[in-house]
Amino acid sequence: MSITLDEVRHVARLARLELDEAELLAFQGELNSLLGRCQELQSIDVGELSPRTHAVALTNVLADDTPTQGLDQSLALRGAAVTRAGLFVVPTIIEE
Amino acid sequence: MGSGYEASVGMEVHVELATKTKMFCRCPTGFGGEPNTRVCPVCLGHPGTLPVPNREAVEMVVKTALALNCQVPTDSVFHRKNYFYPDLPKGYQVSQYGETNPIGYHGWLEIRPKGREPKRVKIRRVHLEEDTGKLIHTAEGGSGVDYNRAGVPLMEIVTDFPPDITDPEEAKEYLVQLRLLLLYLGVTDGKMEEGSLRCEPNISVRPLGAATYGTKTELKNLNSFKSVQLGIEYEVGRQIQALERGEAVLQETRGWNESTLISYPMRTKETESDYRYFACPDLAPMRFTAETVERVREDLPESPRARFDRYRRDLGLSDYDAGVLTSEIEWAEFFESALGQGVDPKLLCNWLTGDTARMLNESGLAIRDSQLTPSHLADLVRMIESGEINSKVAKEVLEEAFKSGAMPSETVRSQGLAQISDDGFIVEEVARVIAENPGPSEQFRSGKEQVIGFLVGQVMKATQGRANPAKVQEEMRRQLG
Repeated sequence: MSITLDEVRHVARLARLELDEAELLAFQGELNSLLGRCQELQSIDVGELSPRTHAVALTNVLADDTPTQGLDQSLALRGAAVTRAGLFVVPTIIEE
Repeated sequence: MGSGYEASVGMEVHVELATKTKMFCRCPTGFGGEPNTRVCPVCLGHPGTLPVPNREAVEMVVKTALALNCQVPTDSVFHRKNYFYPDLPKGYQVSQYGETNPIGYHGWLEIRPKGREPKRVKIRRVHLEEDTGKLIHTAEGGSGVDYNRAGVPLMEIVTDFPPDITDPEEAKEYLVQLRLLLLYLGVTDGKMEEGSLRCEPNISVRPLGAATYGTKTELKNLNSFKSVQLGIEYEVGRQIQALERGEAVLQETRGWNESTLISYPMRTKETESDYRYFACPDLAPMRFTAETVERVREDLPESPRARFDRYRRDLGLSDYDAGVLTSEIEWAEFFESALGQGVDPKLLCNWLTGDTARMLNESGLAIRDSQLTPSHLADLVRMIESGEINSKVAKEVLEEAFKSGAMPSETVRSQGLAQISDDGFIVEEVARVIAENPGPSEQFRSGKEQVIGFLVGQVMKATQGRANPAKVQEEMRRQLG
């Protein structure tokens, strides 16, 4: 199993990363070595074990539905590059 | 359709749960208000924060799953659905993926479209996720983002494939019944105009009898039951026309424009594998034991359908009355609450669906916004039942209660409106009317039966309608006999 250059381009686009040709090639190499590592793991016999999604043995970690005070508006917006009228401002999103 | 085509409609319904706090943090939920005032480091996706699921939201989804006849799995996990869009500060939405992982799967809801056989609509899954923030397009350039809604518990209910719904009328009926059930369960306020309940149908058409389904489109921005029906009707028509012209239907998401009544293509989204779903490592798996599930099942409130059946069977109400009293949650709760005060169901129903409904209609008020409470109606019906007031007085007293909020029994007492059943008084009044009307009295004696109405009327007039008319008539016949 190996990853093609087009697949690297695709996942880079999904991650909103702009990569030049040299970077694409470098990432292809790194991703392929990661996939190789996964293949190594796949060779381990886990037939006796049931699949699991989490490494910790916790279940039902839940909280009561009781409101607490969050951040006030100015504090919430403090880390934002651009704000206006209490809103975070991002480059225009074209929806239609 | 009548056009040689048949439609198939899948329904995806998003429901904002009526919890006090968000799904993974304890910021309060709410509608409107100043932007970015119900936010915290967790729902803003700050690094190093740890989400904790809302127990109440999880229970609401289990409840809904059971009410929709779904299976509840022993183990259920949250997944991350990864995509970049500024309405999600984290770069992913917490959701639930998989066939048998969601809190509910493989259920059904029965619908009864008018004049048709009941039909079961199969439910594929009921899962729990988080709502997104709101994008506001500003005139100054750039898009503004308000994260007050980001992280509000959102339940998604999806019908199964192949679709059971085959036309716009059924789609609307499904949504009406689903919303009613959710309101009975108390898991949402169900306000479509505020976006608490959002419906995204996917629609396809195929030639009658064709073995495979046509290409489907998904429709968004449907903000009312009417839009849902009109939007699906339009989309079915548009697809049939395309096929008739020999064009292909494109798989796409389309928006519904409520003013032009036309659907338009929207931004195409990533395909499913692009979302790179994986189990969220920050959120511990949920485990539902058989005991937990049974406990929730036992606590389920009565469904609209069960209540309808009970009203017909146990209270002897007609289909129509039972329908009126169960199909809107406000009426259902009002009736139940008044009934709980021990009054006659049929009388209560008549006064509620008759004069009360008329006054509400005329004033344009919803029952919950009026001054009438279930106690007003119970009080009124109790007096009618005991013969304390007749129906003419009852009408006046109800109108007074509607206008001023006065308790009917108070009005009757303070204005001396109680029905006169006192025998001595009635005997005297009847004797007086006979003495004052010798002509009509003589006519009655000589066999002109209908004159009794006039004579009784004179007594009623003299007592401002408060005399017990049955007693007056009885006494009149005795004295004239």
